Parts: sequence; structure tokens; C-alpha cells
Amino acid sequence: MPVLTKKERMQIPRQPMPEQAPLERNKNFLEVNLGFTEELARMEAQRCLQCPKPVCVEGCPVGVQIRDFIKLVGEGDFLGAAAIIKEDNALPAVCGRVCPQEEQCEARCVMSAKHDAVAIGRLERFVSDYEREKIGIRTPQVKPKTGKKVAIVGSGPAGLSCAGDLIQLGHDVTVFEALHEIGGVLIYGIPEFRLPKNIVKAEVDALKTLGVEFQTNAVIGLTDTIDELFENGYHAVFIAVGAGLPYFMNIPGENFNGVYSANEFLTRVNLMKAYKFPEYDTPVFDCKNKNVAIFGGGNTAMDAVRTAKRLGAKNAYIMYRRSEKEMPARLEEVHHAKQEGVEFVFLTNPLEFLGDENGWLRGVKVQKMELGEPDASGRRRPVPIPNSEYRTDLDMAVVAIGNGSNPIIQKTTPDISYNKWGNILVDEATMKTSKQGVFAGGDIVSGGATVILAMGAGRTAAKAINNYLTNSEAR
Amino acid sequence: MNKIITAEFLATDIKRFVIEAPKIAAKRKAGQFVIVRTDQTGERIPLTIADSNIEQGTITIIVQGIGKTTKAINQLNTGDFFLDVVGPLGKPSHIENFGTAISIGGGVGAAIAFPTAVALKEAGNHTIVINGARTKDLVLLETELKEVADEVYITTDDGSYGYHGFVTQKLQELIESGTKIDFVLSIGPIPMMRAVANTTKPYGIKTVVSLNPVMVDGTGMCGGCRATIDNKTVFVCVDGPEFDAHLVDFDLLTKRNRTYNQSEKAALEKHLCNYDKVFSDALVEELVNQ
Repeated sequence: MPVLTKKERMQIPRQPMPEQAPLERNKNFLEVNLGFTEELARMEAQRCLQCPKPVCVEGCPVGVQIRDFIKLVGEGDFLGAAAIIKEDNALPAVCGRVCPQEEQCEARCVMSAKHDAVAIGRLERFVSDYEREKIGIRTPQVKPKTGKKVAIVGSGPAGLSCAGDLIQLGHDVTVFEALHEIGGVLIYGIPEFRLPKNIVKAEVDALKTLGVEFQTNAVIGLTDTIDELFENGYHAVFIAVGAGLPYFMNIPGENFNGVYSANEFLTRVNLMKAYKFPEYDTPVFDCKNKNVAIFGGGNTAMDAVRTAKRLGAKNAYIMYRRSEKEMPARLEEVHHAKQEGVEFVFLTNPLEFLGDENGWLRGVKVQKMELGEPDASGRRRPVPIPNSEYRTDLDMAVVAIGNGSNPIIQKTTPDISYNKWGNILVDEATMKTSKQGVFAGGDIVSGGATVILAMGAGRTAAKAINNYLTNSEAR
Repeated sequence: MNKIITAEFLATDIKRFVIEAPKIAAKRKAGQFVIVRTDQTGERIPLTIADSNIEQGTITIIVQGIGKTTKAINQLNTGDFFLDVVGPLGKPSHIENFGTAISIGGGVGAAIAFPTAVALKEAGNHTIVINGARTKDLVLLETELKEVADEVYITTDDGSYGYHGFVTQKLQELIESGTKIDFVLSIGPIPMMRAVANTTKPYGIKTVVSLNPVMVDGTGMCGGCRATIDNKTVFVCVDGPEFDAHLVDFDLLTKRNRTYNQSEKAALEKHLCNYDKVFSDALVEELVNQ
């Protein structure tokens, strides 16, 4: 390709992501986004101005050398680009798909001031897919063994990124997972159509090649306690168990059959593959030609509603108590959901689930809301409109209003400090807890957040754990 | 992968498995459960740990083949493997020297109540066991229980063995005969646990039931196992599985346990059709008739 001037680069439009047609994809579980072609990737890479001081990197929680990898994409050296990303990111094909780039690296891109930001996420996805498909994921050199052992509790994004860094530094790493598959929320939470499970598996396999050991079916706190991990020879422990206790709304009727937490609905469909029932044994509510509502406005709500649509729901609603502007979900997810026929009902708050004599959900009584003064989150608080109650027929409802902290570790490890919600208290710079040798990060510390923030916490913890182990503070 | 050391039928369709699971064996206490899975397409099935042997590193589970997955589990034999066994899950039973304690089990619950009977006896209780079965062939662990408990009563619905009647009738007789009862634990079908709760309530006898609702992960992550206790929602997997019987909303429990009846029926029919190709007509007939 010819060398372009800055002006010429700025005139190239942001390249669109090829995707499955909406009315086709809302009937299957195949991936929605199809990924850039080589041509699209090189064209998009030409849009990067190669800033002397790349501010985009500051927007990346794991500090990927964005400018440098995009330069190689522009030159057609896709494998070289993949290698650069992997210096900082253990799960690039995952992050290229599920990171909210528009709030992070792409929000900082200087192009976004007057034009559209460079599609950094799409390029990251392209190069990591390219490497995996062409030659298989390459693994970096591992430093000589230190003889130190680290136990990581939880195999979600925080645990995996921490494992990836620590194994490269020469430590022995074992990741303990309560479920029967590795990946945490990447496996049980995020649907196949947004993050194919074979991609998670490939990135996990790369960590195995590096020497990371994985133990499934290990519920730390019950199968082994944190203290027992130390007794078993581990020198440090990283707790990355996520936010695994779903909140319900505490309204009447919430225990009718057909009312799910988003965790249960998505776990049945994703982890247990209920969308392939009866080929797989685990069932989920049969959504075919049914009315379904998801309560909540985050990415999990979008995942749940798009899943319900794919399971054949006649009407699939998002019911959210604020307006569209306040929804925490990524714009791309909202856009995709709308294209797929999801109906959004804003400023609507459920008061009571209604059921029949056999205990099955039949409807919901809701109330219209209007926006009042901003609340603690800075978003305008929804206020009920008097006498605005009405009933909507429903066969299934999914409560997607977030997760609290799982109690198992807290109950069995009282000598770690927790806040009143059960989140683990840590030193933010080092992710150290109040217990010697124990670090924590991801949603169990921050409350519900994103995959990449959890990965960032995992990397911060890996640095701190490495310092701890090499400065021989370890017992 | 967890190897099956022994597998034997205790009664029609009720099978006892001793499985290799050294960590769980060392850790588990009476009242806790495991979740097992047989193969890549299988469901996660919660099962109470019926016994353990720390030296041999084994746990015992007892499975009643009801749905597709439990019937498939009961096809497994000595030397086969469970793909996944996770635990010990849930809170242990609260065991103390209450004085006189009665352990009541119905159906497969009779076997599941065994470890709690042992624990109650070890804590110094005068331990009475009432075990109910539909008919003589389904009576479980009578010999083992007689070795442990101070008094054992077997009841059968059809009168083919032991006391003719329900466990609650025997319980009522014991109460009325003036036996001072300080604690009752009941494990079995929901109607039985509800009847036990109703029997002891007027006398103010502390009564605990072990709930077995629909579960997925068993670690508090999904909330599918929620039940109402004292008008509050709980997650049985982390808050239980044992609760004060007089505070349980048994109606809700019954209804929620029917959530997947339709799907399970369809899955079982398909499962039996597949067996049709492999097994004799007679076996399929037998399974369908159960």
C-alpha cells in the first residue's frame, strides 16, 4: 500500500463490521459479527495516525501497545501484530469481541474528535483470529522457574489474565474453578453468538501450553479453604471469583415458575447448552411463541433478551426503569438487539409478578416512571408516575439487575476484610487483601464490571504477586 | 473423572455408588451434598452425600432413577467413571445432643437420612429411625440402621412389611405414647416432609427438613434453587439445604419442582427410544412401566 498523508488517512471512513443479517441471526446461535477481511483490516489500519504519544494506550486497562500493532496490520504483518498484542493481553480474541472499546481505547483515539475512532477492537479481533486460524496461537517464552506456586481462585477474565502473566514470569500457577468448564463468565454468561466458546477454549488451551494448571470442580472455601491452599504449598493466592450471587427485585411473585435470574437463564443456555435440548440434557423454559421480558439495561440484559429471541420468543422486551440514554449496555449490543426485533420499554418499573394457581408466571404489573434529579450514580433518578400502573402478559421473565458477592469465601475465610456488601477490600495499587499472601481482583472487589476491567485487575495483581514472591515476603 | 468403586442396586431403580473423591471424603459433614455429571451432554445433578470413607478416599451416593439423567446414572457400573463430582456443597447439618432425636426418611430419603442418624447417635442422642417405603421391596438399609440407631421402625404403605401405614402415623403414635422427642429430621418426598412438619408443629418439636430443589451450579451463582422460608427468599444451595420445617413454604417448593416436568418427560421418552435400539424390548418395557 502507498504511504498516505495524515489528511488522506483521515478521509478513509471507519470500516464496518461484516455481520449476519438480523432476521437470519435472530434464529441461530452462530456469531453475529463475522470479522474483518484482510482488506478491511489493512484499510482500517491506514486510518491510524500513528501518534507520537499514543493516548489510546492509556484507555486500555491492560496497556496493549495499540499504535504499534496497528502499524504492522497496515503493513500486512498480521502475525507480528498478534505477537505485540499478546505481550499485554492473554485473551486477545476474547477482548476484541467483548471489550467496550468505545469507552476505553477508542474513546481516547484522536480521530474520534472530528471523525470516527479507529476500530481498535475490530483490528485486535482480526489479528488474533488470523493467528489462531492460520498457524495456531503462539505462546511466548517463559522465564526460568522460580519454584513459587500461586493459586488462582476463579477462571474468569481476572483469573486467566493473572495466570497468563504469572506463568510467563516463571511461577507455577494453578487455577481453581467451581464449575466443570474453564472461563467463568466467558463460558456461562456471554452467549455463543457474541463470544464463541471454541475461541475461549483456544485461548485457555494456550495458557495450558504455557504450563498453567486448571482444576475444575473445585469450590474454594468448601473443597479447600484458602488456608488449606497455603498448607498445600501455595505461596500466594489470588481471589478472582467474580460477582456470583444474583440480585432479585424483591417484588411479589418473583418465585413463580418462569422467573429467572439472568445468571440462571444464561448458564442453562450457554454452559449447559439448553438451546440444544434434548441433545443436551439440561432444559430451559421453552420460549417458542411466548412473551418474554428482561428487567435491566446492561449487557447481561441484552445477552438474555437476544438469547430469548433466538429461542423463539414471539415478543421479547427489555423493560428498564430509566430512559434509553441511561442504559449501561454497550451501544453495539443495543443496536444489535433492536435490529433483531427486541422491543424496548423504557421508564417502566415492575411492581409485581402475576401467576396462575399452578405457580406459573402469567404477567407483570408495571408502573411508568419519569426522570427526576440525578442520583449518586450521576444518572437521573426514575420517579414513579401516579396512577400509571398497567399489566403486560408474560410467560417468562429474566431479572438482570446485577450481582452481589458470593458468600462462600467470606464464610470460610473470615480473616479477610470485606465491605458491608461482601466485596473484598484491597489496596488498589497492589490488590493486596488484609490477609498475608492473599490478593483479590475483578468483580469480587469492584462489584459487577466488565471483562477487561477484571483483566486489568488480574494484571495489576500479577505484578504485585510477582513482587511479593521475589521479595521473599512470602511465608 | 471420578471412578466408581462399587455400584449396587439397593432396591428397584435405587442404586448405591461408592465413588473415588478423596478431598470430598475428607471434608464432608452430614447434610452436605455433591453435584455430579455423567457425560459432556449431561445435566448437573445434586445428590446428598450418604456416607464417606476417609481412609479409602471415597464417598457414597444413592440415586433413584426417575428422569433421563438419573436413569442414565443408574446404568453406570463398578469401574465406570463420573465425569464430574463437585463438593461438598451446602451447609452441614446442625448436630448436637438434643436428647431424643428421630430421623425420618421416606423412599430414597431413607438412605440419605442415614449419615444424619449416625451423626445424631455420635452426638449422644437417643436416636430413633423411622423409615418409610411404598412396599417391602423398597425398604432401604434396614440392617445398617439397626446397627446404629437405638430404635428402628420400618413402615410400608401397603403393609407388606413392618408397620402398616405412613411414617407420620408412626411418629404420631410415638408422640402420643409419651416418648419425649426433642428433635426431628425428615428427608424424603415433599408431601412426606410437609406431613412430618404438620405432625410435629402442634407439639412444638424442633423439626428440620432437607430440601432438594432444582439446581444448576450449587454455589449460589444462579438462584434457581430459591425457596421461601419464613416468608423470605433463600438459595437452598448456600443457605441450606436444611431448614426449619415449620417455616418452609411447601406449596411453593412443590410448584417450583414441577418447572421442568414437560421437558423431563420429553427427554425421558427420547432416551428410552434410543435404548430401544440397543436393548431388548423387554428392558424398555420395564423402564417405561416404572
